[in-house]
Amino acid sequence: MKLFKILFLLFFIPITGYTTVYKHSLENGLKIFVKEDNRAPIVVSQVWYRAGSLDEVNGKTGVAHLLEHMMFKGTKTTKPGEFSKIIAAAGGRENAFTGADYTCYFQQLEKSQLPISLKMEADRMQNLVVSEEEFAKEIKVVMEERLWRTDDNPKAQANELFNTLMFHAHPYGKPIVGWMNDLENMTHSDAEEWYKNWYGPNNAILVVAGDVKANEVFKMAEKYFGQIPPIVLPERKPQQEPKQNGTRTSILKAPSKLSYVQMGYRAPTLDKNSQEISKDQFALEVLVGILSQSSSARLTQNLVRDSRIALNVGAGYSMVNRGNESSFELYATPSETTSTSELIAALKEELNKIKRDGVTEEELKRVKTIVIADDVYQKDSVFNAAMQIGQLETQGYSYEILDDYIKNIKKVTSNDIQNAATKYFTDDTLTVVTIDPQPLDTSKPKKGKPHVH
Amino acid sequence: MFTNRLVLLILFFSSYAYADLNIQNWKTPNGSQVYFVENHSLPVVDVNVMFSAGSVRDSKETNGVASMTNHLMFSGSAGMSEQELMNSFADIGAQIGSNFNRDQSSFSLRTLSEEKSKAIELFKVVLQKPNFDKEILDREAKRYVANIAQAETMPEAIATKKFMKSIYGEHPYGLPSSGTIDSINRIKVSHLKKFYKEYYVANQADIVIVGDVTQAEAESIAKDISSGLPVNNNIKLIPDVKQVKKQETRISHPAKQAHLYYGVPIMKRNDPDFFPLYVGNHVLGGSGFGSRLTYEIREKKGLVYSVYSYFMPLSKKGPFEVALQTSKDQVDEAMGLIETTIQDFIDNGPSESELQASKDNITGGFALRFGSNQKIMNYVSMMAFYNYPLDYLKTYTDKVNAVTVDQIKTAFKKRVDLNEFSTVIVGVDER
Repeated sequence: MKLFKILFLLFFIPITGYTTVYKHSLENGLKIFVKEDNRAPIVVSQVWYRAGSLDEVNGKTGVAHLLEHMMFKGTKTTKPGEFSKIIAAAGGRENAFTGADYTCYFQQLEKSQLPISLKMEADRMQNLVVSEEEFAKEIKVVMEERLWRTDDNPKAQANELFNTLMFHAHPYGKPIVGWMNDLENMTHSDAEEWYKNWYGPNNAILVVAGDVKANEVFKMAEKYFGQIPPIVLPERKPQQEPKQNGTRTSILKAPSKLSYVQMGYRAPTLDKNSQEISKDQFALEVLVGILSQSSSARLTQNLVRDSRIALNVGAGYSMVNRGNESSFELYATPSETTSTSELIAALKEELNKIKRDGVTEEELKRVKTIVIADDVYQKDSVFNAAMQIGQLETQGYSYEILDDYIKNIKKVTSNDIQNAATKYFTDDTLTVVTIDPQPLDTSKPKKGKPHVH
Repeated sequence: MFTNRLVLLILFFSSYAYADLNIQNWKTPNGSQVYFVENHSLPVVDVNVMFSAGSVRDSKETNGVASMTNHLMFSGSAGMSEQELMNSFADIGAQIGSNFNRDQSSFSLRTLSEEKSKAIELFKVVLQKPNFDKEILDREAKRYVANIAQAETMPEAIATKKFMKSIYGEHPYGLPSSGTIDSINRIKVSHLKKFYKEYYVANQADIVIVGDVTQAEAESIAKDISSGLPVNNNIKLIPDVKQVKKQETRISHPAKQAHLYYGVPIMKRNDPDFFPLYVGNHVLGGSGFGSRLTYEIREKKGLVYSVYSYFMPLSKKGPFEVALQTSKDQVDEAMGLIETTIQDFIDNGPSESELQASKDNITGGFALRFGSNQKIMNYVSMMAFYNYPLDYLKTYTDKVNAVTVDQIKTAFKKRVDLNEFSTVIVGVDER
């Protein structure tokens, strides 16, 4: 089900501070997290599997996402589509998404309906049926999804190309939705194999948030999930990306009027054992804010409003993920009179200014204020609260890092930002993709070039 | 059996609904409607101010003026520059936003309680004293033009623009909401100032406040916002939608998928047939995996990732729209399935069990619409802008439950006629 899917591993909800989260583990390895929030009589239930495109192998890309679709196609005791029907009849909303790091299934319900959700999630954790007939139809749906998301979307194509260029060895180079040829050659036994390898209580996390009592949720979870035996998980190899020595650039031709630039530098993720040694990561996190967090940020001010060489511009960096490889990226659309090389030079100059002069105290203070306020605003959404816990835990962090997040952000100085910028923003670790716009009607010659027969 | 037991459980609980949302409503001295939901669970205040100033207020000549006015409201106020203004909001961690569609131009503020006085002071200035600077208009007009030109290369954008034109003809709902390249290039500061004075008016504004303020504070906030706005007692009426002759359009495009849009204007806000049409469409194509269109076209045949139908009620008749994307060679098959599925629904309506399933989903999930201050804001804003009665939420569940198969059949037969539907397909050869 799957009306949407996390394809962007890079910019997600900023991680923020927490109040009380209750934690419990079952004997079979299922970890449970409960966040009580009684503002409204609702509950969010999410089952996270530590299985995403990060765990796929060549020739079978896209199988994590395909299996996500198959999880709605029936179990030993339920028919295809029945899961959705039962949740709908309970007044619920449900969906699922696949990322590079995880696959997540969720329901939002009136609070008394939680047992239905847990009972059915426990059922499909152990009793899924991947029939050839249902597979044959669903793989077609997924291929249509790929056409819509990526093949007919120039910016998404550019992003796909960017990832393959930056990551040659590491699986973050592969598209979450999978290569079309891999989808064309996928079989129902590939999906079954994926399910057998990764779907078990010891590779899953249950997060429940809303108007519930933690102890009651733990009891309920024991009742429905307690009897599921743990599975033997395949070995996960680190697949580290080798050092990059020199800028990598690529051009994508696509039907478009405007050009586009996506550029980025290899960057570190938060250390999984200690935040104390992750000074650079927090500095980069603050820098993203200074460059592009609000409409008062630097890039929009300098490149869109002042010099007007860009129509749009933004920056992104994620300090947390499971694969321990990240990037600091910039995105921009040049104005009609600006070339991509001029725009790239201007973006680099913005980063050089940071290396040279650092940032102002005013900018630092402003971004920290925004982070602290956002932390309060985030508490308005029960779904996001559950999402943060699930993401961090499947990525191999403790949700408790949220408690120190603001403290660490507050510590960042202009000097820290200058140091991190100097260390990571080097041409040798840069990757750049540009779009070369093509006319829609390919029978007409491209404007500005002579038509040669 | 498993399913039956569940259904009993569900019926029992579905009588629960979040109908007791306490909405206070009053008018400011110069005529703005105020809706207020007090809620101190978070130290956060949300304010949303809406004007009847969407693209429906444009004419062919002035197309884009409504959108540009909305767009430039945060670009400097009361002599303060754009950057000073943005910095002032950021310095207190306040978030501002704007929204624009065919009917509405609106502006929102989210602030921490401790900064509310400063934030509301700034927000007031934004709404009451826009600079409408010529330099900034020139800059933003260039950006609009570039984005419009870019949209003309994107199959979905090409299709929706042509679809609205096809079903509305000369009615302003048929105009592209951000204007055309020519009309944007014609806009002058004087157009924006005139538009602002005519439509950003206190006596037509709706102000919604949700969160951590008392009733007395909310009254003073609303009064302050409203008191500095222009007043216009001769605001124009929005023209009624006239039926236009159906059109079939095919536009070629190098994309791999074809994008199909199919529909006609049918329902406005506060429409007497709202409940049978809304609940009926929930079965037909409005509920994702539970719906017939998804079942026939995605689940049975695997032709699409997404297919849906919906009524988008507006001040005047809004579109009933059916849309999908599919590989080019499958689009005729998909179109055939859409027609037979809808025609069968018009002729025979839903089954009793389908209707019950939709009612259970709508009423059982009612509480989910109010699960956060943000969601309460969205829902109450919709009620405020379209003048829904205050007891709307209290009676909603009962009205949904009262809908019968016969009522749905009657309403669909009376209101939905495929012979009137226009079709736009982008990504196939022109015929």
